[in-house]
Amino acid sequence: MSILIDGSTRVVIQGITGKEGQFHMRQMVEYGTRVVSGVTPGKGGQRVDGIPVFNTVREAVGMMGATVSAIFVPPAFAADAIMEAADSGVSLIVCFTEGIPTLDMLTVSHYLKKKGVRLIGPNTPGIISPGKCKVGLMAGYIHQEGSVGVISRSGTLTYEMVYQLTKRGIGQSTCVGIGGDQIIGLSFVDLLELFEGDSDTEAVVLIGEIGGTAEEEAAEFIRKSLTKPVVAFIGGRTAPSGRRMGHAGAIISGGRGTAVEKIRSLDEAGVRVVENPADVGEEVARALREKRE
Amino acid sequence: MKIHEYQAKEIFRQFGIPVPRGGVAGTPGEAREIARQIGEGKIVLKAQIHAGGRGKAGGIKLASSPEEVEAVAEEMIGMRLVTAQTGPEGQEVRKVLVEEGMGIEKEFYLGVVVDRTRVCPVLMASDQGGVEIEMIASENPERVHMEYVDPSVGLRPFQVSRLAFGLGLDAAVMGKARSAFGGLYRAFWEKDCLLAEINPLVLTEGKELVALDAKMNFDDSALYRHGDISAMRDPFEEDPLEVEASRYNLNYIKLNGSVGCMVNGAGMAMATMDLIKLTGAEPANFLDLGGGASAEMVKNGFKILLADKNVRAILINIFGGILRCDTLANGVMEASREVELDVPVIIRLEGTNVEEGRRLLDQSGLDLIVATDLKDTGERVMEVLKRTSS
Repeated sequence: MSILIDGSTRVVIQGITGKEGQFHMRQMVEYGTRVVSGVTPGKGGQRVDGIPVFNTVREAVGMMGATVSAIFVPPAFAADAIMEAADSGVSLIVCFTEGIPTLDMLTVSHYLKKKGVRLIGPNTPGIISPGKCKVGLMAGYIHQEGSVGVISRSGTLTYEMVYQLTKRGIGQSTCVGIGGDQIIGLSFVDLLELFEGDSDTEAVVLIGEIGGTAEEEAAEFIRKSLTKPVVAFIGGRTAPSGRRMGHAGAIISGGRGTAVEKIRSLDEAGVRVVENPADVGEEVARALREKRE
Repeated sequence: MKIHEYQAKEIFRQFGIPVPRGGVAGTPGEAREIARQIGEGKIVLKAQIHAGGRGKAGGIKLASSPEEVEAVAEEMIGMRLVTAQTGPEGQEVRKVLVEEGMGIEKEFYLGVVVDRTRVCPVLMASDQGGVEIEMIASENPERVHMEYVDPSVGLRPFQVSRLAFGLGLDAAVMGKARSAFGGLYRAFWEKDCLLAEINPLVLTEGKELVALDAKMNFDDSALYRHGDISAMRDPFEEDPLEVEASRYNLNYIKLNGSVGCMVNGAGMAMATMDLIKLTGAEPANFLDLGGGASAEMVKNGFKILLADKNVRAILINIFGGILRCDTLANGVMEASREVELDVPVIIRLEGTNVEEGRRLLDQSGLDLIVATDLKDTGERVMEVLKRTSS
């Protein structure tokens, strides 16, 4: 098993005729993802690699039975693209766009709540259930099918951690990048809850960073409700206060959102927090060994 | 993006928030002229720098005649103001705001920010004006009143009433509170702010609510639709290396350590800084090359890092996923040949075609130290530092 996506997932790509959309569509298809349709307003009727393109998401979902939308649309139009997807019958939206205005995302979040549709991102590397389906930008081969769930606020750092696991022969059930922005869809808590309910996930790796309180909320949830071991790394112990560290959401403001605060909360919740990013693979191996004994 | 107080007050005026009479001056003569137009009474001069803590650092002064205003402005303009927020090198004052003095009865705090957990704007008010909101929130949380705003309906009048009564304001000034509070919320929303703050908002002896200070931070991602705000950028407030890096489309933040680093991906860049710290050194910067990490970007990255005289070693840490390591290695080699590298360079590549990438680097004849995994990278950095310090 896996969470959110699997072999039965059918994907529609919003922005399929753009450079990014086309490139990653091909990578996903190569990995085995079933990309069933694409959307670019004004280009309905065309095909990209044989995949039909529609003018609206409603048509792309209705005609081809898509269940998940992957959004590769420029920042100024992405908020609307997310809302269009939410109004068109998909159950999950993955938005890769970086640089959507924060206040637009407030409106989007409230809309999604009313519609009951899940969002991953924006500004995310996406999601992969190794061996089954990839709706993401990550290189497929660094992953391996298995039983560790991975959730993270970054991209390449997640690949690094996943690769540490794969090189040790530790596979992953599902890996999710929740996105680096201030306002995002699914949170650490939402995903921990899904992993807790997934019988094939034995342990979870949580990769957090400075800014906001998502890690503190995760710690609270883990303390109360999680039975599976969690290994965590929090980036940004050396980050200065008041500066945005690349990700729009990675900022310590008014002394809140420091790595020290997050590490303390996770530590108190019984999470295995590693100090050195090089040690995550080793710590997960140890956690699994102890669990199986 | 941050702007100056005088700029934020111009925006406040557009949104109907009362501010003191006055204007901004770039020379002592202009300051005197503004004071003359204000007329009788106390005049306040405020140094215009982005950093807070100006009052305690001598950046806010009083004067009582146009001549005195000119003399104070003479001292202020061109000085380097060192506040708790500027760092020891301080910030040069290039403009002063000259305003009428106010007879103050009470001081309040009023601010709007985005609440990330509740996913909405929150309007915060306190009767402890003039104090930082974080300080009030931690020491006297009961003195901070909050109203969470549903973005689809905006700030409602009942919410303003709750805040205003919470602050102990009379029903007589409720109309004025409505325009000031509502104006601040509208400015926040319409101009795509991440923070809009009045600290202090004062009740004058004449029962007017006036914004004595003004602070606004804008969402960089939304600047494309606010040409008026983008035009308010003050390059003198930014680190020159950071300005240059942004011209190259590099995400760079200067820090004070000695190990420079360039990395693809922001999270990985932060983790690499942390790794440097674990070796006993301090990172000289944050630098995200982005997903692509082309030869051009690496070359520009080298230029920025080498321009920082504190840098004694450079660490390149790149995880190539879809991007292949041999392509990356060629890029790094090309860049290394084009710039004069006078510090040791440690490079760690991982991902697709990594063996080929490392082989290319090893055989390049360039003086690059090639590390394998992250653990090995930390050890190599330590070795290099030991060697360069002895």
